[in-house]
Amino acid sequence: MTAIVRTDAPGPAAEPQTAVQVEHLDVSYRVRGRDRLALRDVSFRIGRNESYGLVGESGSGKSTVALALTRYLARNGRVSAGSIRIAGRDPLAMNAAELRDLRAREVSMVYQEPGKALNPAIRVGRQVAEVYELAGVGRPEAMERAEAMLRKVQISDPGRVMQRYPHELSGGMAQRVVIAMAIAAEPSLLILDEPTTALDATVEAEVLDLVAGLRTELDTSLLFISHNLAVIAKMCDRVGVLYAGELIEEGPARQVFDEPRHPYTVGLLRCIPRQGQRKDHGRLDAIPGFLPTPGQALAGCIFAPRCPIAEQRCRDAAPEAFDVGPGRRSRCYLHDRTGDLPRNTPVDLPLPATAEPANPIVVMRNVSKTFGAAGESVQALAGVNLAIDRGETLGLVGESGSGKTTLARILLGLVPPDAGSTIELDGQQLGSDLRKRSQAQLKEMQIVFQNPDSALNRRHTVRRLISRPLVKLAGLSGAALRERLTDLLRSVRLEDRHLTLRPRQLSGGLKQRVAIARAFGGGPRIVVCDEPTSALDVSVQAAILNLLADLQAKEQVTYLFISHDLGLVRYLSDRIAVLYLGRIMELGPAERVFSGPHHPYTEALLSAVPSLDGERRGRIRLSGEIPSAANPPTGCVFHTRCPRRLSSGICESTEPPLAEVEPGHLMSCHIPIDQLTTLQSNERMP
Amino acid sequence: MSDTLVMPAGVVPSTAEQREQPVWRLLLGRPTFVIGAAMLLFWIICAIFGTAIAPHNALAQQLLATNKPPSAAHWFGTDQLGRDVFSRVIVGARSILIIAPLATLVGTVLGTALGLALGYLPGIVDTLVSRVVEAVLALPAIIIILLFAVALGVSTLTQILIIGFIFTPLIARTVRSAVQVEGQLDYVPAARLLGERPGRMMFVEILPNVMPTVLVEFTVRLGYAIFTVAALAFLGFGVQLSTPNWGTDIKAGYVLLGAGYWWETLFPALAIASLIIAIGLVADSTEQVLAG
Repeated sequence: MTAIVRTDAPGPAAEPQTAVQVEHLDVSYRVRGRDRLALRDVSFRIGRNESYGLVGESGSGKSTVALALTRYLARNGRVSAGSIRIAGRDPLAMNAAELRDLRAREVSMVYQEPGKALNPAIRVGRQVAEVYELAGVGRPEAMERAEAMLRKVQISDPGRVMQRYPHELSGGMAQRVVIAMAIAAEPSLLILDEPTTALDATVEAEVLDLVAGLRTELDTSLLFISHNLAVIAKMCDRVGVLYAGELIEEGPARQVFDEPRHPYTVGLLRCIPRQGQRKDHGRLDAIPGFLPTPGQALAGCIFAPRCPIAEQRCRDAAPEAFDVGPGRRSRCYLHDRTGDLPRNTPVDLPLPATAEPANPIVVMRNVSKTFGAAGESVQALAGVNLAIDRGETLGLVGESGSGKTTLARILLGLVPPDAGSTIELDGQQLGSDLRKRSQAQLKEMQIVFQNPDSALNRRHTVRRLISRPLVKLAGLSGAALRERLTDLLRSVRLEDRHLTLRPRQLSGGLKQRVAIARAFGGGPRIVVCDEPTSALDVSVQAAILNLLADLQAKEQVTYLFISHDLGLVRYLSDRIAVLYLGRIMELGPAERVFSGPHHPYTEALLSAVPSLDGERRGRIRLSGEIPSAANPPTGCVFHTRCPRRLSSGICESTEPPLAEVEPGHLMSCHIPIDQLTTLQSNERMP
Repeated sequence: MSDTLVMPAGVVPSTAEQREQPVWRLLLGRPTFVIGAAMLLFWIICAIFGTAIAPHNALAQQLLATNKPPSAAHWFGTDQLGRDVFSRVIVGARSILIIAPLATLVGTVLGTALGLALGYLPGIVDTLVSRVVEAVLALPAIIIILLFAVALGVSTLTQILIIGFIFTPLIARTVRSAVQVEGQLDYVPAARLLGERPGRMMFVEILPNVMPTVLVEFTVRLGYAIFTVAALAFLGFGVQLSTPNWGTDIKAGYVLLGAGYWWETLFPALAIASLIIAIGLVADSTEQVLAG
């Protein structure tokens, strides 16, 4: 092998403060013989030791930026204009050996799926050690250094973890290993592309804490890419907002989020329920329209078609990036008018009628579900008792594996529960399986799935998809069918021209509207919403949430709303049930559950969520992994991770009952409510 | 009703709705498809108009001009009875292009129905039938076909049915796994929640989504069917002296290979090969286009 000649950087004297400099970058992808611009005139700078955030919705070009920096663009992609400098060197001008050197020493990347970043056939220890071996360190020393590095990313037992294969690690643990590998070479730039999107909230919090901690220790600049504004706000010094391939606003993170100077940033921030906003405080302010398709040529400002204050000049010529303050730029002619942007959605929308209390529509008693045969059985639900009131929204919260979805599927009859479980609808017992339920009972309950791509038959037209429940469940035909179809289409804000299209011709938001129309077609009284917006972009999510709230007000339906996003659950729910390992930990009115005193697990979930508002919640962190449901801990199932475990040992030995601690507020915890109140309010004090 | 609700979902003329390219446009853009389809079209024309376009009578014997090498009068030479090989290759396309597609169609229809049932209906039926299918697959297909051919006698109809039945479990197995993949998608429980019956679930909800698999399976099996029909004729089954047949001609010609009369074997063999290649090209490009 030939020796690698390092073209050394011009030295610290030339550009001492710059790790990355990108200027007027254009990247295009060639699709079916046509070049489509994915990035247009993107310029930004990342200083030494600075953490720079790139935020944007899907298709905005966030990942393309990262790929262009390291020249990992797909074969059909190329940098068509502009320049890139990393530590003073130009990756675009490098030959293969130099590029390898750059990737090995200067730049590391961490991706969304840790499972895909690790080689499944090689033990973890060898994979981490390989980074050192590539740098010329001998095998034994490399293994030692790998162990030290794993300890650095807070893996408590690195010796044992090194012996494992990647599939034996949990998602959070695997992401730590990937981060360890990324920082092992002491790169000058660390790129994190949605590093926590695939992780649960409590694990995400741990990983973010870890990255924040490492930053102070290492001499590394960070490029942090995420669709999650709150994560960026927490992790970054400066932020750039990408929209459809253009960097439309840039500046110090706090300033951009507190005082945005581009209508898109304003709109994006308004889409998110904040500061305890609830549906009865008014609707979210959705951004109208859709993201432009990639590569679409627009004469004027790329955001003008969706902008509430766009003027003629916005449509005629694309604005330059204006300086709008120290270190701040905005690509908007009207950047001084963003402070009082008009709402896109009126606030005063109909409110759901208040539910008549103490009149449950569904009662679930002692519902359990065990998957698998004897010996290898996993208890997904353990004796859950739950009543859902007529017309309310019951939020179901919990990490993955907590049994949220199983509970919903049992209610719908898609999965039969274990013997001894009973479900009553209006006081009448329901069959355990769909086939044992009458058509009239089927009509009462429907579901909106998480992913409309999966939930809509892709060979059927929108007309067919929406009319089928009208025919089958509502028994309509002829003129009545046509009338109700139009009606339904209006109420989910679809248009007649959509009727002849098939799902893949629609955007994600439109598809979810079709799925919602389908669920409401039969006139159900209960609709299960299983993460209905988590596959959608932020700007589309708000419109779907508003739609769900409107439909509830109009049709008086009861929602069982499942989500991992506590902000959404808080916005939409009247009551909340918190699940952990198939058991209800806490159940009560949404405001009580959020404001506290709450169960230690709820407390941990809440403090795990990064907040856009910069309010400091009680910072309790869960340590350790979620225990396996195949082998749940004795006593209180949460005791292995509980930061408030009692020293008396009762938590380890006895499972606490779900008891009413105040009117309508139930909790499964040995700690008396007064003591919880004191503990939790103490920590909230500054 | 919803007049009071102002929501700006469709304000912008939706750029998110994409026009779809029709499948045939995409196919015509692929050279492999165009070449395969052209070759296939040639053989279909031969099958339909065989006697009309052949330069000589394929059955006429010229006992004074046997085993003549290719020449201007006889492009592919003549066989041991002095018949024009070129004309026999053209006319011989008919029987194979009747039996093979019909047999494949029988196998595809039955196999798809069986595969849908196995993939959708859970449990014991699937386990039992799948084991039987695997047992059938363990034997070489040609052996089973020969056994049936001896037992039932060989006519055009029995050839179609035998090959069709042999293909049924093969196609069923492929369709079954495609159906099981579909079963993981949420539109299946969504339809069950409307109270749809199993028949409608299988044929209206799931079948359209596995049609690409079925189509690809049909084209792939068609190649095998042509090979099988030719092989049967070569082995002496299904021979009707009144119609030229590639397999029979190869059988008659190959004993003379040692004498140097290569043209009597080569040209019918090339005909079989080109037909199978044509179908393979069409199958591949169709699969790629349907897979997106």
